[in-house]
Amino acid sequence: MTSSESGRFRRVGEQDRPRLVFSIDGQPAEGCKGDTLLVAMLTQIRHLRSSEFGDGDRAGFCLMGACQDCWVWTDTGERLRACTTPLAAGMCIATKAPEQAWPTLA
Amino acid sequence: MADPRIVPDPRIVIVGAGPAGVRAAETLVAAGVRPIVIDEGGRDGGQIYRRQPEGFRRSYASLYGSEAGRAEDLHRSFEALRDRIDYRPETLAWGIWEKQLHLLQGSRTSEVDFDALIIASGATDRLMPVRGWNRAGVYSLGAAQLALKSQASAIGSRVVFMGSGPLLYLVAAQYSKAGAKVAAVLDTSSFWLRVKALPRLIARPDVLLKGLALTWKLRRARTEIETGITPVEIEGQPETGVETIRFRTNKGQERTVACDAVALGYHLRPEAQLADLARCEFRFDVQTRQFFPVKDTDGRSSVAGIYLAGDGALTLGADAAEASGHLAALAVLTDLGRQVATRDVGRLRRRLRAFERFRRGIADAFPWPASAAAAFSEDTVVCRCENITAGELRAAVTTGSVELNHAKAFSRVGMGRCQGRYCGHAAAEVIAASAGVSIETVGRIRGQPPVKPFVIGAESDAKEGA
Ligand SMILES: Cc1cc2nc3c(=O)[nH]c(=O)nc-3n(C[C@H](O)[C@H](O)[C@H](O)COP(=O)(O)OP(=O)(O)OC[C@H]3O[C@@H](n4cnc5c(N)ncnc54)[C@H](O)[C@@H]3O)c2cc1C
Ligand code: FES
Repeated sequence: MTSSESGRFRRVGEQDRPRLVFSIDGQPAEGCKGDTLLVAMLTQIRHLRSSEFGDGDRAGFCLMGACQDCWVWTDTGERLRACTTPLAAGMCIATKAPEQAWPTLA
Repeated sequence: MADPRIVPDPRIVIVGAGPAGVRAAETLVAAGVRPIVIDEGGRDGGQIYRRQPEGFRRSYASLYGSEAGRAEDLHRSFEALRDRIDYRPETLAWGIWEKQLHLLQGSRTSEVDFDALIIASGATDRLMPVRGWNRAGVYSLGAAQLALKSQASAIGSRVVFMGSGPLLYLVAAQYSKAGAKVAAVLDTSSFWLRVKALPRLIARPDVLLKGLALTWKLRRARTEIETGITPVEIEGQPETGVETIRFRTNKGQERTVACDAVALGYHLRPEAQLADLARCEFRFDVQTRQFFPVKDTDGRSSVAGIYLAGDGALTLGADAAEASGHLAALAVLTDLGRQVATRDVGRLRRRLRAFERFRRGIADAFPWPASAAAAFSEDTVVCRCENITAGELRAAVTTGSVELNHAKAFSRVGMGRCQGRYCGHAAAEVIAASAGVSIETVGRIRGQPPVKPFVIGAESDAKEGA
């Protein structure tokens, strides 16, 4: 099963698809072939990123590429729009922007 | 004798492969033209007939319900066209400069010249904010439907559907049928408005009956449906998101419903940014309090060579989108000096008139709750991209911003990631109420290139076209 209890989204069908392993903030995660990155992440965890304005966590809004509330990052710092990016095996996803993830060495 | 208007090999571009774009392409192909069809999505079908990803097995009937036949028909039509059009999926049309369209595919930009452009860009949800709508777990109604249709997932374990319009009931019924828990359907419109709108709604008796059947199915599944409610707040925690929804019933009592997700929507609004960039004129629609790009019945905009079809021009729904796509392509052909069957034109125009009458009925039955904006508490977030509150927006009005683009510059409302798609209409209402001016004077947020943000550093590429 790839719908974990701690996730936000619930799978209601099409559950017999091949599994794909990826990672979220270094933790192993599992999705299904054909998932968008957003759905794969939100069946495991409850948010995609934090608002840069301090009003809390965000989990996307429109799912159709119009609101840009679902930006996540790869370990190489590339920005992805989770709702329109297909999940691929081995993706290493970060829920924080690279510059946010590292403490400044000032 | 050659008609001087005839362009020998016209370059016609269609943006959008939804019902409107597909029917437009089909009409052009039938006239011997090979159009370029651009769509941001990976597959054809547009919003309503969106295809599920490869490897999903649900049948047409389970995926599209009563619209299965129409969906299958549209997909088949498009498949039959594939060799005779220049189809470019996963390509964003992000700007227009005179007779040139700017594209982005992956990280590659390119341009294409056109003699005629049919914009069939569809719609997105129309939103009225509510306190707490920036919490994780609040989605647009369209998002709730997309999760289910194209990903076989529900947006939560206990979902509240709040807003107004037929789509509210449709998506709630689709969730219920798929086995997802619908915690409540909360409609801001009162039941009596529906009864009063019947004379107009009768213009499409089949759709009216389908709507009644949906409500009946929801009631039979013992779903709580409240009409005439006033949203108060979506409550929860910044870290964990939505926990409850608070509203006032039509009798004025305050109530809460426990939930972990909210689907929010008040009909749709056209994605008219490209029309804006092409410098098309817009008109104000008094009944729904929003601007639509000006077009004649056949789809000609105010700018020569630019045609508008489907929900991106006027939100009349999918069947009308097919008719208007067909009609817009006939208008293009006529304007390029080709012969078209006038009988088809007459029939399509008559159909569109019935759709328009029905749209007005729906707008009467499920009105946009304009007064909610005036009542926002100062700390209600209006722009969820940049976390701008009603209080901050009202402060911009005090400094003299009573025009939306001016207020945008002062408060940053509409400057965020969504470019005002989801806050623009509500922000206009807040400004109008606060300044005591008409919503029409406040205006609308102008479309700006690129119509959606993309990663800076996209490589530029050769220009195509004559
Ligand atoms: C999320 C959602 C769900 C809906 N569900 C229903 C429903 O269940 N039942 C119903 O009756 N109606 C529904 N509607 C309304 C329905 O979408 C329309 O009536 C119908 O799809 C309109 O057809 P269209 O061809 O005008 O636009 P669409 O079907 O929306 O197609 C527009 C196409 O244009 C593409 N596009 C837009 N802008 C660009 C650009 N700049 N560059 C490249 N491509 C672009 C989009 O990717 C899309 O494929 C829904 C609308 C939305 C937004
Ligand atoms: S959720 Fe809106 S763009 Fe991805």
